[in-house]
Amino acid sequence: MSDVHDVYGLMVEFASTDDLLAGCEQTRDAGFKNIDAFSPAPIHGLTEAIGYEGKGWIAKTVFIGGFIGAMSGFFLQYWTSAIDYPLNIGGRPYLSWPAFIPVTFEMTILLAVFAAVFGMLGWNKLPQPYHPVFNVQRFKLASSNRFFLVIESVDNKFDRQATRAFLEGLDNAVGVYDVDY
Amino acid sequence: MNAADPVRFGALKQRALLVGLAALALSLVGWFLDPQQFYQSWLVGFLYWIAFPLGAFGFVCLHNMTGGAWGFVIRRILESAAGTTPLMALLFLPVVLGLHDLYEWADEAHVAADALLQHKAPFLNVPFFLTRAAIYFAIWILFTQLIVRWSGQQDEGNEPRPNLTRRIQLLSGAGLPIYAMTVSFATIDWGMTLEPHWFSTIYGMLFVVGQGLTTLAFSIILLSKLSEREPLAGVVKTGHFHDLGNLSLAFVMLWAYMSFSQYLIIWSGNLPEEISWYLNRSAGGWEFFAPVLIAFHFALSFLLLLARRRKQAPSALMRIAVWILVLRFVDIFWLIAPAFSPGEFQLHWMDITAPLAIGGLWLAFFFHRLGSWPLLPANDPRIDEALKAHEVHA
Repeated sequence: MSDVHDVYGLMVEFASTDDLLAGCEQTRDAGFKNIDAFSPAPIHGLTEAIGYEGKGWIAKTVFIGGFIGAMSGFFLQYWTSAIDYPLNIGGRPYLSWPAFIPVTFEMTILLAVFAAVFGMLGWNKLPQPYHPVFNVQRFKLASSNRFFLVIESVDNKFDRQATRAFLEGLDNAVGVYDVDY
Repeated sequence: MNAADPVRFGALKQRALLVGLAALALSLVGWFLDPQQFYQSWLVGFLYWIAFPLGAFGFVCLHNMTGGAWGFVIRRILESAAGTTPLMALLFLPVVLGLHDLYEWADEAHVAADALLQHKAPFLNVPFFLTRAAIYFAIWILFTQLIVRWSGQQDEGNEPRPNLTRRIQLLSGAGLPIYAMTVSFATIDWGMTLEPHWFSTIYGMLFVVGQGLTTLAFSIILLSKLSEREPLAGVVKTGHFHDLGNLSLAFVMLWAYMSFSQYLIIWSGNLPEEISWYLNRSAGGWEFFAPVLIAFHFALSFLLLLARRRKQAPSALMRIAVWILVLRFVDIFWLIAPAFSPGEFQLHWMDITAPLAIGGLWLAFFFHRLGSWPLLPANDPRIDEALKAHEVHA
């Protein structure tokens, strides 16, 4: 189909969270894969409704961040107080691990939190100065009181006429718009 | 079957009672053979099992104050466990009988030769110790019995009873700080004064957190079994287990934090009257306990509880909970038993039978109470909303 990539996708507007959830589930069950939903506030169950199967990248990123934090925190102290500048404190061994734990712990938290915040931004490809969905005039309502669902044209099942008809047939659909590049 | 009908636990109750009575009989034989060992083993078992009713008391208060769907599904487990406090008062009697064998400050000849203990005598003397114990039990029994009774009254009829719910909340609000204070005082009395020269201000909180963890693990085990059948099947969702798993993770970390804080402070100070407590626990076989606790009670439990899919799978979470309950005993044993044989590891057969006796009797009484009322509380104004909120997680 030649017209597939003329648009970024098709957008449907809903007036309530329940309509959005129902619409997402119908779209998912119809076999569409590349879909995304937009809402002014978090909605429980929306992730499942759009059929998103998270690969847990954030969790892995945070774990790696925390692990690096723990290791670097511990070895920084080990290296400074046992190798680079060994200092006898109260006759204790140079490698006095109990004294190293608080800093190790803090470093674990610090790098885990950094990994969480920056990892989240990175995996979401943010910041993103341009995104086609904003070409739809009514999309600005996504940050106040309207709910949107987009089927992207890269989806294998996407067909401009048939998909538009499908979206218009969803319960309580307020309107269907082309999302231009 | 009606959802409001209680589930009877006849077989479980009977089995627990049999094990408890058999272990009690063995322990009583041990009492004649070696009374001192009997008292010591009994104290370890008592301090392990009292975590079940008292931790439940703390969690019931917390839940009544905060609501939360995780609390509604385990509320009857918690209330039934908290309601067993009178039995714990009865099971405390052997400790009273063994006071002079257990605590050196209760031995007049010993105190006469120890200036520090003479100095501590205004607090550490037998009549005042017994008075305090009576006060702790009176408070625990009063609070838990009232909460259980009012919660039962709330079930009656079909109408929400805001006044009653409010009254339960007020009692729970007072109960939370009182729980923390009494448990702190009680464990300092019963555990810390075994080594009366030593002191640690975090000791009470260490037990409070341990009791919370014990209760969570116990609730998870029961809930995973109960959620397989009516009336909880269909009500309990993966989201509830996820919440309980997250709470357990927090308590595992809190336990590690408390335990390590105590160690770090005493290790840094390295003062004779403080460090001796750890020295008693780092020789003659005791030295293996701390690494085991760090590796399993903290590190392994922590790593296992990190994964979301494990917290959402009842059977996996239940296995972790069983594991935690075993390690809770190792922790209590390590905290208490080295006071009786410092620097020399000993495991007497009564160290097994005495905890089994207390546990068997306690579980029998617990199942008796759990079987006496519906497994899901009714008429709480917050329950519908709380259970609905978790539906979408499933």
